[in-house]
Amino acid sequence: MQIIDVLKKYPASQTSLLEILLEIDRLKDNHYISKEEVHMISEYLGVRTSHVYSVLTFYTLLSTEPRGKHIIQVCKDIPCYVNDAFDVRKTLEKMLNMSVGQTSRDGLFTLEETACIGCCDEAPAMLIDLEPYTNLTRDKIERILASYREVTL
Amino acid sequence: MMNAMINNVSVEVEDGLTILEAARKYNINIPTLCHYPELHINSDCRICSVEIDGRKGLKTACSTPIKDGMNIITNSPRVLNARKTITELILANHDANCTACTRNLNCELQSLAKNLGIDINRFPSVLERKPLDLLNPSLVRNSNRCIKCGRCVDVCKNVQAMHVLETMHRGHEMTVGPAFDEPLNDQTCTFCGQCANVCPVGAIMEKDNTDVVWEKLHDPSVYVMVQIAPAVRVAIGETLDHENGLISNGKLVSALRHLGFDHIYDTNFTADLTIMEEGTELIDRIMNGGVLPMMTSCCPGWINFAEQRHPNIIDHISSCKSPQQMFGTLAKTYYADKSNIDSRDIYVVSVMPCTAKKYEATRKEFRSFYDIPDVDIVLTTRELSKMFRQMGVDFDLIKEEPFDNPFGITTGAAQLFGASGGVMEAALRTVYEIVNKKPLVDINFESVRGLQGIKEATVDLGGKEIKVAVSNGLANTKTLVEQIEAGTSPYTFIEIMACPGGCIGGGGQPYGTTNDVREARLASTYFIDEEMVCRKSHENEMILALYEDYLDEPNSEQAHHLLHTYYEARK
Ligand code: SF4
Ligand code: SF4
Repeated sequence: MQIIDVLKKYPASQTSLLEILLEIDRLKDNHYISKEEVHMISEYLGVRTSHVYSVLTFYTLLSTEPRGKHIIQVCKDIPCYVNDAFDVRKTLEKMLNMSVGQTSRDGLFTLEETACIGCCDEAPAMLIDLEPYTNLTRDKIERILASYREVTL
Repeated sequence: MMNAMINNVSVEVEDGLTILEAARKYNINIPTLCHYPELHINSDCRICSVEIDGRKGLKTACSTPIKDGMNIITNSPRVLNARKTITELILANHDANCTACTRNLNCELQSLAKNLGIDINRFPSVLERKPLDLLNPSLVRNSNRCIKCGRCVDVCKNVQAMHVLETMHRGHEMTVGPAFDEPLNDQTCTFCGQCANVCPVGAIMEKDNTDVVWEKLHDPSVYVMVQIAPAVRVAIGETLDHENGLISNGKLVSALRHLGFDHIYDTNFTADLTIMEEGTELIDRIMNGGVLPMMTSCCPGWINFAEQRHPNIIDHISSCKSPQQMFGTLAKTYYADKSNIDSRDIYVVSVMPCTAKKYEATRKEFRSFYDIPDVDIVLTTRELSKMFRQMGVDFDLIKEEPFDNPFGITTGAAQLFGASGGVMEAALRTVYEIVNKKPLVDINFESVRGLQGIKEATVDLGGKEIKVAVSNGLANTKTLVEQIEAGTSPYTFIEIMACPGGCIGGGGQPYGTTNDVREARLASTYFIDEEMVCRKSHENEMILALYEDYLDEPNSEQAHHLLHTYYEARK
């Protein structure tokens, strides 16, 4: 689907902005909003690029830089932290051979941190493309990553 | 009315005040940082925190309404400690090299730190240096000094309806600037400088051109002439420990001579000339079915706004150059001719209340010869004040002297150009008398005076009532422009000034331009007008002589060639 088709699905009003951003992000394999897209959105909605950019950079769900096919978000808030027999972030960094904020060489994963994702009762937890994975263990993470790799292959 | 206690003093104030407003009524000082009169309260900085009996945590005085029976403490150790900590944290992320900043001793953050007694910062610097934006002729953005108060965002978005500046990212990574942190000249910025005027620190400032002016003043091979705009003289005194903002023409001329200018002229002269040209153009448009409403063209912030955002209404804008540019052209043509000086040896400096004028002077249309700008460089009121301080000019001791001629004799009408509604009033004084062939009974057009955003008046021209309007601030201007676009504008003539209050509230004026300050500058403006012997542009003898000698008559071919311009759509 073209960006313009996405835009046309929404009323040309400021209130559509976040939904449009999220939909474009979902639509693109590299999950980011480009400068051209910011300009197109701002023109369609009749708002300034500064406004689109401000909203876009406010939410950690969204990105102005190309990302991996799958976005892994690790909760960095207290319950996950204290429930943590092991360090989810470090484990992921090791398994993926990269640090938070980076994208794996094969373009498959981007690793990010996020504020609480509401899974405190089943901590530690992470999101992959907004799908929650809870009660994480080292093995479980290994299996989850493998399943994403398989689907892509 | 309600009763409350502040620092154990009982206060009685009207309903609906914030704690800050109530305290100020009783001369109880609560420090603030992000707060600015006339802008939105966003309680970002939390410097105005106070304790309220029975309420958990500290509350911000700027945003908390005072309630009956409240017991407020503004200076407890807890409050003072919080303020100090906040300020230290701000300073830890601020380029606090104060002596290398133009705002030294005139900076709201510096004064706050001093008043809170911060002699040493407990927090190490976490500043990550970013490059400066130096790419436009008007403004410099130095985000290393930005304290994220949000004032510039508010003024740009809400007062000017431009929305060039915004907050980006969040939490401790939050920054302020244009989208993608691009330079201002990649954005549709008008260079109005309102952001620079409200910035509490030196994070947005005019591009400082004082060095090049000093250099020219010390070069004996160059004739350095200066023109000074009407709004500068009613404000510059504020920066010079003068009893009020107004410095008399006589003292200004003498002080400018002290700095070493060879010739000292008055932009008011070409303001009178503008009235002759623009008034004649208006009459012509009315008589000959030209595009109406006609809109004024002397404000470069407005011209930028129109060219960038509303190019479809460009035909409505008068083709007259601004007074600054008319002066530049006359200096490099008429004056050079008459005095047999090569125009390349004349250096024209303008002193303007405006940062957009710096940009205006660089426009390619404003070059009469050799691709050299007619106005070589523009200084703001603040920069001139800096030069006076550098030279140690004492305004109490200085003598009065008149402006030089041929561009020194002016009228009260011209002085009005500094005020919103002033160009309209000056034009009406002239147009009325020319069309109706009789003197105006009352030459004061009170209805177009004052700080109101949009003002209207009705005038009888040749037996026909015409409606005129005046707007100041670009958000108000947008309203009038949209009427024209919709074909519903009831007006014949519209005056537009980009800055609130007109040039007296320009982006290059002294800091602390609040409505009270604007009112004082307006009062000085109308005072000067009243004091002038001649108060109508078409009665300025020197202007009439200039037409006789060089320009033929208003809107003649020669006048058109020298004094008019054109506009075009820009990105
Ligand atoms: S100069 Fe005017 S338009 Fe440009 S960023 Fe500042 S306030 Fe906005
Ligand atoms: S640039 Fe100045 S006015 Fe704007 S947020 Fe930063 S400190 Fe405040």
